[in-house]
Amino acid sequence: MLYKIVRKTKLAEGIDRFEIKAPLIAKKAKAGQFVVIRVNEYGERIPLTIADYDSNKGIISLVAMSIGKTTYMLSNLKQGDSIRDVVGPLGKQSDIKRFGKVICVGGGAGIAPVMPIAKALKNTRNYIISIIGAKNEDSLILADEMKEISDEFYICTDDGSIGFHGFVSEMLNELLEGSEKSSNSNLRRDIDRVIAIGPAPMMSAVCNVTKPYSIKTIVSLNSIMVDGTGMCGTCRVEVGGETKFVCVDGPEFNGHKVNFDLLMLRQKMYLNEEKKALDLYEEKCRCKAFEQKKRKTC
Amino acid sequence: MVSEKSNKKTKKVKIPRTSMPEQSPEERIKNFKEVALGYTEEDAVKESKRCLQCKNPRCIEGCPVDIDIKSFINLISKKEFAKALDKIREKSSLPAICGRVCPQEDQCEKKCILAVKDKPVAIGRLERFVADRKLSENSITGNESNGSSENNKSKSKELDCKTSNKKIAIIGSGPAGLTCAGELAKMGYKVTIFEALHKTGGVLVYGIPEFRLPKKILEKEVKFVESLGVEIKLNMVIGKVLTIDDMLNNGYSSVFIGTGAGLPYFMNIPGENLNGVYSANEYLTRSNLMKAYLFPEYDTPIARVRNIAVVGGGNVAMDSARTAKRLGAKNVYLIYRRSEVEMPARNEEIEHAKQEGIEFILLTNPVEIVGSEGWVKKIKCVKMKLGEPDESGRRRPMPIDGSEHEINVEAVVMAIGQGPNPLLTSTTSDLKLTRRGNIEADTQTGKTSKKGVFAGGDIATGTATVILAMGAGKNAAGAIDKYVKTGIW
Repeated sequence: MLYKIVRKTKLAEGIDRFEIKAPLIAKKAKAGQFVVIRVNEYGERIPLTIADYDSNKGIISLVAMSIGKTTYMLSNLKQGDSIRDVVGPLGKQSDIKRFGKVICVGGGAGIAPVMPIAKALKNTRNYIISIIGAKNEDSLILADEMKEISDEFYICTDDGSIGFHGFVSEMLNELLEGSEKSSNSNLRRDIDRVIAIGPAPMMSAVCNVTKPYSIKTIVSLNSIMVDGTGMCGTCRVEVGGETKFVCVDGPEFNGHKVNFDLLMLRQKMYLNEEKKALDLYEEKCRCKAFEQKKRKTC
Repeated sequence: MVSEKSNKKTKKVKIPRTSMPEQSPEERIKNFKEVALGYTEEDAVKESKRCLQCKNPRCIEGCPVDIDIKSFINLISKKEFAKALDKIREKSSLPAICGRVCPQEDQCEKKCILAVKDKPVAIGRLERFVADRKLSENSITGNESNGSSENNKSKSKELDCKTSNKKIAIIGSGPAGLTCAGELAKMGYKVTIFEALHKTGGVLVYGIPEFRLPKKILEKEVKFVESLGVEIKLNMVIGKVLTIDDMLNNGYSSVFIGTGAGLPYFMNIPGENLNGVYSANEYLTRSNLMKAYLFPEYDTPIARVRNIAVVGGGNVAMDSARTAKRLGAKNVYLIYRRSEVEMPARNEEIEHAKQEGIEFILLTNPVEIVGSEGWVKKIKCVKMKLGEPDESGRRRPMPIDGSEHEINVEAVVMAIGQGPNPLLTSTTSDLKLTRRGNIEADTQTGKTSKKGVFAGGDIATGTATVILAMGAGKNAAGAIDKYVKTGIW
């Protein structure tokens, strides 16, 4: 069975959104869950968070940033092409209820998985403060969509090309600290929950900011996976000193209990192989492009 | 007359058991091709003639699926190979697989009367021979077997119009699921298998390596099951994309759960989360299902190291150790806390592992995995001695004080067993589980606590063998048929 890409949208340089026909998954998907995909017969299985789902149309959206061979192959697929395997929805769904004030933090491609959670929280009448960040203005994704579902909205860029000049964690810190000084509100006591999704160092930094304030902080971990059903254990992480499987026990955990150092180490398990696979793929693509060019000139 | 007959028997006994042609150890550790090459026609006929054709054949008692062993061997001796295969297929849908992975020494061959004074008839090898002979004709979708499956279909229509429009769902495409599906399809049911992974076969595809069970063989056996009319849906994680209640509410008359033992156990010792520590499930899945041994042709990577420890003494441990050797490890240490006598692995696997240079470190148990900068460097172990027998009847291993020592390794594979994966059972209401998380199912019928739902194989019994799972699938098929026809639970 193949899974057709009914629409592909470029969100930023190297980040694409794929709307994929997967009616059964779309019917069951909930915010916070993910799928495992395999692009082709030779491909690796990788997890991608479900960025959006429409059970009526039978479509799920995935957002992928091109960083390894699999994501590059994915980005080379066009509308109308198919993905070989899409399995899901996997993992536990987000805890969605009326908490009160929630800060949703999204970094880089992590903005995509934060969005369905923010949306669901908004629909359950939470007050949503969003902080989204990227390297620069060009690589910032889904800003309009996030703005629309937020009661307060902040943008951060590493280079200051738009919004706050700095990391999302710094922006968050300023919000919480600033509120301490300001007289009209006491934001840090007001905040009932923080959701942070992005690269591991970003989530770790966010947790370091919220920990002194004891604000419950939920992170969604992006470890290496194979089956995604609890069968292999490659995604294991330490949470509160206990070993957990991200694929079935997560992907969301209490960020203050996550051993981020271990997560980051384990993400590097196959760094050399990943580089080799990507180099070979790039070479292959270059050869192909070169041959096509040669054929044209002949 | 009498003396002539007894002479004949003595003559038979004198034929030595025909050995299995194999790739040499030096050669095979450099490839993933099958180790045992299979009997030639000549080998098979010669071996079949060793069979005494006992009046009360005890071998059949030893077979979990009651294959008429005596008859199929007799047919081989008459060179009626196709008929011999049909004889096996009356009881088993997966002969090429069973001939390879069954622990015959504990089953049919253990009961063989020749085993008293000599070596038993090589029943497993003969089973494999007739199955392979058929598969190598590449005619699984061709004339003969297609014909027989057509026969099966039309026969079932005549048999019972009650069954033909009833839908049965099978969860898991491993040996239990495939067998149950095949049996029900033969009875005329519309059977759909739901498989979580992207390939059919369960443990046969993700667990058992190519060098022991070539995936081409598996594919052909699966095609045979499909030719019976079974539909297989891949990428379906039941409990997530559909629940058992969804199935029962949407036209499935009954559900069979054969999800296996898909939860890896770890030892819970320090250092187990270091890079380079694998569960056997992960190690074998990467190599077998994802074809990591062909990286970079296939994208999935796997650690290729010089020194590796495999912890455990079962078939999974042997498979992991032998895979490591083929991935280029110079030193593969198989660390087991008891002695060789207690090893649960098949004799053949133990022998093959030894021939391939796997170093057995027995009566030894890891206590810690030592790393540096996040990567495995050493495994710290203690020596063990055997005490009184425990509940399993095997002598309990106990650590010897002051026997701590370290072995330099760059990777560790934990092959200490698997448990039931809770993903499906935790999402199914009123399904009773055992203390260990297995599904409570009747040992004869596979009936669970939930009406219309049956279970068999490792998910019900805990880790066992391929053939026991097949037996459970087969028994459940009979019980499902009875339930669907009568409605009596």
